[in-house]
Formats: sequence, structure tokens, C-alpha cells
Amino acid sequence: MTHLPYILAAHVIAVGVPLFFGVEALFRVRSAQRRLAAIDVSRERGRRERNRT
Amino acid sequence: MDTSSSVAPPRSGKTLHRFANPGQFLRLSGKVLPWLFWSGGIVTTIGLVWGLVFAPDDWQQGDTVRIMYVHVPFAWLASAGYFSLAVCSVLSLIWRHPLADLAAVEIGPVGAGFTAVCLATGSLWGKPTWGAWWVWDARLTSVFVLFLLYLGHIALVRAFDDPTRGYRAGAILALVGVVNLPIIKFSVDWWNTLHQPASIGLTGAPTIAASMLWPLLFSAIGFTLLFAAITVARTRAAVMERRIRGLLMAKASSANEERAVS
Repeated sequence: MTHLPYILAAHVIAVGVPLFFGVEALFRVRSAQRRLAAIDVSRERGRRERNRT
Repeated sequence: MDTSSSVAPPRSGKTLHRFANPGQFLRLSGKVLPWLFWSGGIVTTIGLVWGLVFAPDDWQQGDTVRIMYVHVPFAWLASAGYFSLAVCSVLSLIWRHPLADLAAVEIGPVGAGFTAVCLATGSLWGKPTWGAWWVWDARLTSVFVLFLLYLGHIALVRAFDDPTRGYRAGAILALVGVVNLPIIKFSVDWWNTLHQPASIGLTGAPTIAASMLWPLLFSAIGFTLLFAAITVARTRAAVMERRIRGLLMAKASSANEERAVS
């Protein structure tokens, strides 16, 4: 292959950019799920305390 | 006069709003997302390995034709992504589809990224083939304009304190920018360009050899599935983040009320 650097660079960019977006999206989803679960737990706790009083 | 018919939303609007339910979207996307990611990853890997290792060299361009297996899918997805942005804008402007605004905001950066990859890989293909990294020919310039439209949309939807105004402005920009899509498609026919004309069309038989067409199709389908997976995952995250903001604001306002009562 006489143009290997061009071909490899194109493939690295083409794989790297979707990989970056994919990993970023999955981290965002997981972080949102964790925060949502934490808020739900604190809301449930608050509701129980209010019912007790 | 029947007043109920004038008040009720059109049937298509009702159906859209049923699918726009955030809870339903989260349930559905949670099931679909792993399939999209895994199938996209596997199909893309097959397409890229096939194109890089097993597909033949081109008689004229030699081995640089292997850049086609990444450049062409990204070029298609750059336009397809913008078209999906325009569809979301129509849904947002006409039916006030609540998910369409969030989807449009999330499609923008992904579309801009994919268009940047299209431009970069095209440049890497152009240098050994044409002897230049960049030429201001009609196809390259119109794709560059598409990239600028994406950047404009990203900036505009985030430019207002009231997000709804940003969504409306972004939707109008997206719809105005749609005029660029046929210009991109037909630029190689309308003007005398350095860029080659299309080898694959919807109406005629492809002018590309089957040994090159198959890896290209695999690569294109794989990257399309990945684009869809990334967009759905980002929209899913955006729906949850909006719910978090809403819950935190409700919590803060109820705490304020309790403080005021005591």
C-alpha cells in the first residue's frame, strides 16, 4: 500500500469520532440514571418523614 | 358548527404526542439502544475490515480508494443527519412535539462531528488523488456550508435564556438550511467539479464493482446504526436530565413554601 498513512489516518478519524460520541453518550446516560435514582430515594425518604409527622 | 372538531388536535398529531411521551420513549429506547450499539459496532467492523483488507484496489486510484469505505458513509450521514434535524424542526414547529426539540439539540453536535469527519477524510483522499488537501469546488464548498449550518444550529439553540425560544430559532434555521441538501446532492451534476459524480443512485444501477459495493454498504449501514444509537442515547440522557431539573426545582419550591409556613 503506497498511501497507507492517508488510509490509516482516515480510518482512525472515522472510528475515533463515533467512539468518542458513543462513550460520551453512555457516560451521560449512566450519570443521569444515577442522579435520578438518588433524587427518587431522597423524595421517598421525605415523603415517609412527612407521613410520620 | 361542531366545536369539538375545531378544538381536537389532528389525528396524526395525537399519534405523535402518544409517542412523544418521555416515559414511553425511555422504556422503548432502553430496549432498542443495546441492539443498535452492538449491531452497529459489528456491521461497521465487518465493513471496514472487508474494505481495508479484502476489497480490491481501484484501477485508476489504486489503494486510496479504501478511504471511500469511511468517507462515503460519513458524507451520506452528514446529509441524512441534517434531514433528520429538519424533520424534528417540523415536528417541533407544527405539533410542538416535546421530544423533537430535545432530539434536534442532540442531533446537532453528532451531525457536525460526522460532517467534520466527512471533510477530513475527503481531504485525506484529495491530497494523494488531486494533489491538494482542499479545493473550493461546488461539492466541497456545499458540504462545508452544511458544517457551518450545524455549528449555527448548535450555537442558536443554546443562545437564549428561555430554551423554548432557542428551540424555535434553531428549528427555523434548520428548515432554511434544508435548501443546501439538494445543492450538495446535485452539485456534481450542475457544476463542473473536481469531485467525482455519484456511483450509486436510487434509480439506476450502481457503476461501482460488486466487490467494492458490498463492503461500502456494510460500512454505511454500520455507521448509520451507530449514528442512530448515539442520537438515541443522547436524547435519552437529555430526557432524564430534564426530569432531574424539574424534580430539583419542585423540591426547591416546596422547601421554600415549608419555610414560609413555619
